Amino acid sequence: MKREWPQWEIFVRSEAGLAHKHVGSLHAADARMALENARDLYTRRNEGVSIWVVKSDDVHATDPSEEDAFFRPSEDKNYRFPTFYHVPEGVKHL
Amino acid sequence: MMGTALDPRAEYVMRLGDNALVLAQRLSAWVAHAPIMEEDVALANVSLDLFGQARLWLSYAGELEGAGRDEDRLAFHRDAREFRNVLLVERPNGDFAATTVRGYFYDLWSYLGLGALEGSRSERVAAIAEKSRKETAYHLRRSEDWMIRLGDGTEESHTRTQRAVDELWRYTGELFLGDEVDAAMLEAGIGFDPPALLDPWFERVHTAFSSAMLEIPGDTWMQRGGKQGTHTEQLSYLLVEMQALPRAMPEAVW
Repeated sequence: MKREWPQWEIFVRSEAGLAHKHVGSLHAADARMALENARDLYTRRNEGVSIWVVKSDDVHATDPSEEDAFFRPSEDKNYRFPTFYHVPEGVKHL
Repeated sequence: MMGTALDPRAEYVMRLGDNALVLAQRLSAWVAHAPIMEEDVALANVSLDLFGQARLWLSYAGELEGAGRDEDRLAFHRDAREFRNVLLVERPNGDFAATTVRGYFYDLWSYLGLGALEGSRSERVAAIAEKSRKETAYHLRRSEDWMIRLGDGTEESHTRTQRAVDELWRYTGELFLGDEVDAAMLEAGIGFDPPALLDPWFERVHTAFSSAMLEIPGDTWMQRGGKQGTHTEQLSYLLVEMQALPRAMPEAVW
């Protein structure tokens, strides 16, 4: 029998926040317990109005060794930024 | 007896405060001893909620009493016979199952009682009840979840939980017994009628026990007397620890 409870990643949306933000992780037997533990560990000081819990195993991440391949190529592509383009004279509705 | 000289309102509010205070003190003993870190923080949160409720009730009890005793004076400078908590909350922590079952029996009763007190004719009582009930709703959710998990868990957790139920059941009767103080407060529109809570309490326990695979004990002799000041020796040990510092140094400040 597996005795160790699975790990869960906790996301909390604050009152003013629009999106849930990752705040940490914890152990719990199932999702209901994970939500309760998250409430007790991460919202003790009015931090949140909504909690998401996701099993850590279900979070898939990029490999740090592939950082160059994943992220560096975007660095020299300034045409992907709106500031790259000049707005011609006389353009309306922009 | 101390109680007879008191304003029944002070007596009534002191009972509510003492229930919260004694259970808060019991739960605080779990800090750094809970089965997992997450549970450690959760139990501490419940304990602190209850200390907060105790402060509100005892401050008000002191005002009603009019003898110049504040919340600290009442918490730290009364002897066991002056405490008005029900016997259930002074039961020792035992194992995690016993703490869970004790919590569940109390949380459910407290949740129902506070619900009735929200309609109290005393604005102060209604306001404290409203704040406390929100906290207690969460305590109840947790203790009920855990009781069902443990009861319907492994053979060992089931055995321990049923043992806790069998041991603690005899302290549930007192929750639903009214006396002259309850009658006076009911008459004044301030308090609730303890026997009226029995049906909703029992119904929910019955449902939860079915999910938890737990048996409700058969006819049991019910212990009583806590809220009139007759306690088990367990309360004395609890008070010795809780009151040691303020008794040794009455002028100490936080």
